[in-house]
Amino acid sequence: MTDNANVKYQVMDADDVERSITRIAHQILEANHGAQNVALVGIVTRGDVLARRLARRIEEIEGVKVPVGSLDITFYRDDVPVSLSPDIYNSHLPFALDGTNIVLVDDVLYTGRTIRCALDAVMDYGRPATVQLAVLVDRGHRELPIRADYVGKNVPSSRSEAVHLLLDETDGETCVRIYDVAPGGHVGAKPVNQAPIPSGLPEMPKLPNRYKSDIPVGGDR
Amino acid sequence: MLSKKHLLRTTDLTYDDFMQILQTAVMFENVNERRIKKVPALRGRTVVNMFFEPSTRTRGSFELAEKRLSCDTMNMGGSTSSTVKGESLVDTIQTLDAMKVDCFVVRSKFAGAPYKVTQCTDACVIDAGDGKHQHPTQALLDLYTIWRKKGSFDGLRVGIVGDIAHSRVCGSLVPALKILGANVTLIAPQTLLPARPDILGADAVTADLDAALPELDVVYMLRVQMERLEGAPFPSLREYNMLYGLTQDRDHLMRPDAIICHPGPINRGVELDSYMADHPERSVILNQVYAGLCVRMSVLYLLLGGAENGIGD
Repeated sequence: MTDNANVKYQVMDADDVERSITRIAHQILEANHGAQNVALVGIVTRGDVLARRLARRIEEIEGVKVPVGSLDITFYRDDVPVSLSPDIYNSHLPFALDGTNIVLVDDVLYTGRTIRCALDAVMDYGRPATVQLAVLVDRGHRELPIRADYVGKNVPSSRSEAVHLLLDETDGETCVRIYDVAPGGHVGAKPVNQAPIPSGLPEMPKLPNRYKSDIPVGGDR
Repeated sequence: MLSKKHLLRTTDLTYDDFMQILQTAVMFENVNERRIKKVPALRGRTVVNMFFEPSTRTRGSFELAEKRLSCDTMNMGGSTSSTVKGESLVDTIQTLDAMKVDCFVVRSKFAGAPYKVTQCTDACVIDAGDGKHQHPTQALLDLYTIWRKKGSFDGLRVGIVGDIAHSRVCGSLVPALKILGANVTLIAPQTLLPARPDILGADAVTADLDAALPELDVVYMLRVQMERLEGAPFPSLREYNMLYGLTQDRDHLMRPDAIICHPGPINRGVELDSYMADHPERSVILNQVYAGLCVRMSVLYLLLGGAENGIGD
């Protein structure tokens, strides 16, 4: 991240973030009586990275691999302009949601609108037993009746500030910082520098002609 | 967001517009693979489908695309609307516009009809085929299919075979392929070429299918449009099939990885033999239909989606 010009201050460094992830991992295990039937769903892009870190920590503690999925909520938003970025993020939930305890993972909890969209999206994939919410930073200013079950750190903030979680995987460093934002500026998540690689695209499904005929094909006319 | 408010012709779009439409369509492919194939992206928007010409796949996939984006839709056909009572296109559009519509999808046999519609309304307009002029979403779905199969357009050799003169698909596809960097050859008898094929921007024009086939990565067969043919551009369908049809005998002339596209509906045994139309490795005709759904969702989303003054998180 090079544009540090308007950084106000740093609230968490890499070690603080790691400690919070460890605590949240313990809390998830405590609340769900272990890791059985628990699945993590990260909201792209940084919630997704966070979810994978959290899953690794849970595996270290409990010795159980929890399924991890990612959720793209672009098409569920009603409050943002259509993005100009040509980035492709796809939802990828490689497990059945029905009857599981889903922990939604996001980086910063702010108005709650992202989470509302994520709830809608999750319900379109199945019927989980419970949905819980884990965030690394809660910065307040909720506009909807949504609260997190697991919070890394409460960071009281002003609406004229942006609170960003940076992660090694997406930004080259790990920390939480508060930035000053010019009036009318964008306070949402910082765009990811690295463009995601479209090479991870699944094959286009094969759509063969299913019609079976006894008549030999060839020169029809 | 696209650089234009309406989708009337592919020559309006930039390279970035094309890539954004294609990449957004990949995300909609993901939606279409789910059990619940619907997202609330365009909740509350109203789209009117005005199809003054028969259509199965364009109309069907537009309607399905709208429904899967949670749009409210209304269908106005040629024979069921007031046009049969003599109402002009301008009056029809203004009447519907008064009902607060967000988008018109227009198919007409008159070239330029969608452009006329843009003059009567503030809603955005999508051309779903107008006369022999343009069919931009067909070109986009072809591009999407080719892109997904071949990975890139750079230097890709595409041959378009058949009724170039009457083809609106060609009018949209050739300029689009050129913007994206492909190499385009038109293959047709003189009688099925427009008077000035160079205006389309193709790299080469030839009448010899057998000579051109071994060079092509993509063979795009056009439909012989019986309803638009004037005079007698070729002596018989059988002769057309022998000279310009993609027959089983021509399979060995094609590159091993060449694919076959067709905008549909197919005249089996005329421009395309069943063996080639149903070829398990080469034919991507049904992929094109699926691409049509994903691309139309993408176009509708990029033209209508999002909040105008969004604030972010």
